[in-house]
Amino acid sequence: MTIADAVRTALPSARELFADRHIGADGDEQRTMLEAVGYPSLEALVRAAVPESIQLDERAAAPGSIPQAATEREVLAELRRIASANTVNRSFLGLGYYGTVTPAVIQRNVLENPSWYTAYTPYQPEISQGRLEALINFQQLVCDLTGLDIANASMLDEGTAVVEGMLLARRASKSKSNRFVVDADAFPQTLALLEGRAAALGIDLDVLPLAETDPAALGDCFGVFVQYPGASGRLWDPASVVAAAHEQGALAVVAADLLALALVKAPGEYGADIAVGTSQRFGVPMGFGGPHAGYMAVRTGLERQLPGRLVGVSQDAAGKPAYRLTLQTREQHIRREKATSNICTAQVLLAVMASMYAVYHGPRGIRAIAQKVHLTAALAAERLRGAGLEVVHEHFFDTLAVRVPGRADELVAAAHEAGVLIRRSDADTVGLSFDEVSASDAEAVGAALAVFGVSDAAVPLTAAAPGEGDDAIPQPLVRESDYLTHPVFNSYHSETAMMRYLKLLADRDYALDRGMIPLGSCTMKLNAATEMAAVTWPEFAELHPFAPASDVAGYLALIGQLETWLAELTGYDTVSLQPNAGSQGELAGLLAIRGYHRSRGDDRRTVCLIPQSAHGTNAASAVLAGLRVVVVATDENGNVDLADLRAKVEQHRDELAALMITYPSTHGVYEHDVVAITDAVHEAGGQVYVDGANLNALLGYAEFGRFGGDVSHLNLHKTFCIPHGGGGPGVGPVAAKAHLAPFLPGHPMAQSNEHVGLAHGGAPVSAAPFGSPSILPISWAYVRLMGADGLARATGSAVLAANYVAERLRGHYPVLYAGENGLVAHECILDLRPLTGETGVTVDDVAKRLIDYGFHAPTMSFPVAGTLMVEPTESEDLGELDRFCDAMIAIEREARRVFDGEWPADDNPLRGAPHTAESVIAGEWTHPYSRESAVYPAGQAQVRAKYWPPVRRIDQAWGDRNLFCACPPPEAFA
Amino acid sequence: MAAPQNLKYTADHEWVRVDGDVATVGITDYAQSALGDVVFVELPDLGEVTASSVIGEIESTKSVGELFAPVTGEIIEVNDAVVANPELVNSDPYGDGWLVRVRVAELPELLDAEAYEKLTGE
Repeated sequence: MTIADAVRTALPSARELFADRHIGADGDEQRTMLEAVGYPSLEALVRAAVPESIQLDERAAAPGSIPQAATEREVLAELRRIASANTVNRSFLGLGYYGTVTPAVIQRNVLENPSWYTAYTPYQPEISQGRLEALINFQQLVCDLTGLDIANASMLDEGTAVVEGMLLARRASKSKSNRFVVDADAFPQTLALLEGRAAALGIDLDVLPLAETDPAALGDCFGVFVQYPGASGRLWDPASVVAAAHEQGALAVVAADLLALALVKAPGEYGADIAVGTSQRFGVPMGFGGPHAGYMAVRTGLERQLPGRLVGVSQDAAGKPAYRLTLQTREQHIRREKATSNICTAQVLLAVMASMYAVYHGPRGIRAIAQKVHLTAALAAERLRGAGLEVVHEHFFDTLAVRVPGRADELVAAAHEAGVLIRRSDADTVGLSFDEVSASDAEAVGAALAVFGVSDAAVPLTAAAPGEGDDAIPQPLVRESDYLTHPVFNSYHSETAMMRYLKLLADRDYALDRGMIPLGSCTMKLNAATEMAAVTWPEFAELHPFAPASDVAGYLALIGQLETWLAELTGYDTVSLQPNAGSQGELAGLLAIRGYHRSRGDDRRTVCLIPQSAHGTNAASAVLAGLRVVVVATDENGNVDLADLRAKVEQHRDELAALMITYPSTHGVYEHDVVAITDAVHEAGGQVYVDGANLNALLGYAEFGRFGGDVSHLNLHKTFCIPHGGGGPGVGPVAAKAHLAPFLPGHPMAQSNEHVGLAHGGAPVSAAPFGSPSILPISWAYVRLMGADGLARATGSAVLAANYVAERLRGHYPVLYAGENGLVAHECILDLRPLTGETGVTVDDVAKRLIDYGFHAPTMSFPVAGTLMVEPTESEDLGELDRFCDAMIAIEREARRVFDGEWPADDNPLRGAPHTAESVIAGEWTHPYSRESAVYPAGQAQVRAKYWPPVRRIDQAWGDRNLFCACPPPEAFA
Repeated sequence: MAAPQNLKYTADHEWVRVDGDVATVGITDYAQSALGDVVFVELPDLGEVTASSVIGEIESTKSVGELFAPVTGEIIEVNDAVVANPELVNSDPYGDGWLVRVRVAELPELLDAEAYEKLTGE
């Protein structure tokens, strides 16, 4: 024991436990709450709620891998040590990941600002206008640069966006062909992703060198994919390939570099149907692979086929323009197995950053950055040729392929020695990609060129006259059209103006920095400042995902620890952190199950049982894994109907691949029969997928792997404190038993393939080997700060908060489902249908009225229509829980006044909600309720803390019927 | 609104009006009310159709439903007005909100108004 350890042990009371900061209610408050629900302690409450059959016996007794809780200062010091084991060498690796300068005003006011990073997905548009505007700016940016008509916001990364492009082409193409043609000059990680995903769906992938292929010899296909410019840097005109594809009814998918598009012809201008890519180099650090926002844009006519979230303009009750998510019926939560995709959480925070980079730089700034990058590449090419080297492609934007017969490995090693990273394309070729950072780093460029024997390498590269090097972009591919002409991209170029624009938008939104966001199934808990600290440290932020292993030793150590901890907490043997969202974790887990069955010759096992109550994403993911969904009934208590399950297992015995079950259930209940359920599936040869979305109600008390789970995904953005970012980033690790390890996602460029001692051999599901590593320090820090005891306490506190809310509101709204001893798990469903039946007041009315009271609405109509699902989380204190319950009770009283005829059904504070400031001061007040009760329904206490919604209730139907998904002209808001 | 007596119905909440050998098809008032604001209607190309096959989609702000052909025959007309103004399905489900016309050889077994109302519990 060191002296420090001894002091720590001797003085436990002097130590500040982070758990006391993370958990909102203190000891006295928890005693009050426990009294209300009738249990003597947290431990007693959880032991009464969780079925005995799955409870861990002696949680505290087992000495696991999770270290004792550390203080915030200690954790930061440990993270510093880990960070210092990483080495930031200047990257010329490219392949979709580039050095970029995050404007400090964006880093401080977006990435490091809880008003942006703690917001939820903008499903309540009235209180999300700020980030919806930022996202529509993103869509406009993508449309402008790609030359296409409609863009979503956003995709998970470029590789998966290409996969989604392939799937969109298959849905929309009139061709009967099952063949998808892929350009051989695509990024290698994209090729690996395409291969795995195409195989799961039985699509024939054909890789051809398209730049050298006669378009007439394209052959039958439903789609063609082109990387533009190619992985080798080559810039060529795909117009004839696109035309050949169209001739036979196929669609053209182009992965285009957004920065290149500032100088080269847009895909939409040569007929591409779909453009995809990443917005990383628009100010989002590489982060060893992510997170970054991918993008997808399509031509008119394909908008209903778009995956992911799409922001549109509608109007509010006062007829003013207002943003909202549009065409939501495309998405998995409604369309389930028929959805356009399984993606839900996207990369909102990163899309916001990228859009703001464009807002800050404007069209001239973006063009200047692109020119500087291009010029640096062109001058480097000149020097290399001058030194007698062959630069393979005459035309390029930022990447050079250099022929070095037999010497690639030697040069890559020499470059690494000199502190720069260049890419080995093959034994005879190396690649050099230039970017915003290296173009301003003459020393690094000099070091890179010196490796090739360029003697005057140190001469400043930027000294050349402007316009020089333009030969590298051939005339037909020179961009002539304008972009970023909307005023938003031409108004905020000073830091003062930018700071104020970001503040203006943030002020329109309701995030966790204003109050509780009690969203059932979404777990809007604290994202602590200490947990967030390391995300922007250069040692974590500025690493390329394909940097050599020795450069990323710190990252690999942190990833290894986190994998070990997550395996231990879930009772599994191995973990992959690669999936970029829960949906991708589901897909990875199901693909592993499919791979496992196939490896045993069980090709017929393709049926996936999914309970009726499951989240729509489950069904959408199953279809993408090549499985067939069979729905299992749910009984009147909201549990899986055991008899129906047994019948379906029997009926599909020989084809049974898997059961997907969420635990605790999507109804927020610990199902009693879960062991009987998993046994029935195993007995028939099926595998059990336990959806870990609700793991935060189990941590420390039960483990998926011990009650029958074979594989699960977890949501680090739920249980493990990665902030929601307004709808992403997320991380959806997949955890599994050892027998599935060979089928979990691998990656051709991974620096390490050891995951808690096991190797993963399946196809990748993300572009980067470790998904979104730069946000993993958040979850690492959370576990490190809480320790095993703290994590269990958080579970108990979350269960207590939910049961307390259920207890307080039960007399006003029926609580729909309950488990053992009448207890709910970490969330509860309030049934509004009786109230709606009696008074006509709808779920929408209540949700919008909560805005007037200063709250974000709970989850609406999921998993049961006409209900609200409340998840208070462990992070809210008793005062905030009571304030919420008081608001819900007051709203019920208001509804009674409608029922009593005091207020007409069509003119009352519920139907009129939310009330803007303008709505209560403009013109004559003609409503039967007062202005005060409209905007200060909670009385004087609310005056100081008032949140003012920027718009009135938004007309959903109007927006869907009048689709408009670009920046409206400023006059529209006049 | 009660289901009109002169129409036939399916369990998928579609109605069929028979006029000679032409069947006009739409969705019922019950269905439009449950779906809520209809925002998009996708209708098939003209041509042969088999009963129970999917011929289109009705999309509201909160849900989406597939349209099944209630009869076998030849689609001879689709209601372009409803594609342009999907709200017609809400405002006039049995009239201007009709969806397709099918020339049929023989009608399958369909529900009468009473049986349909029993089904919807109205």
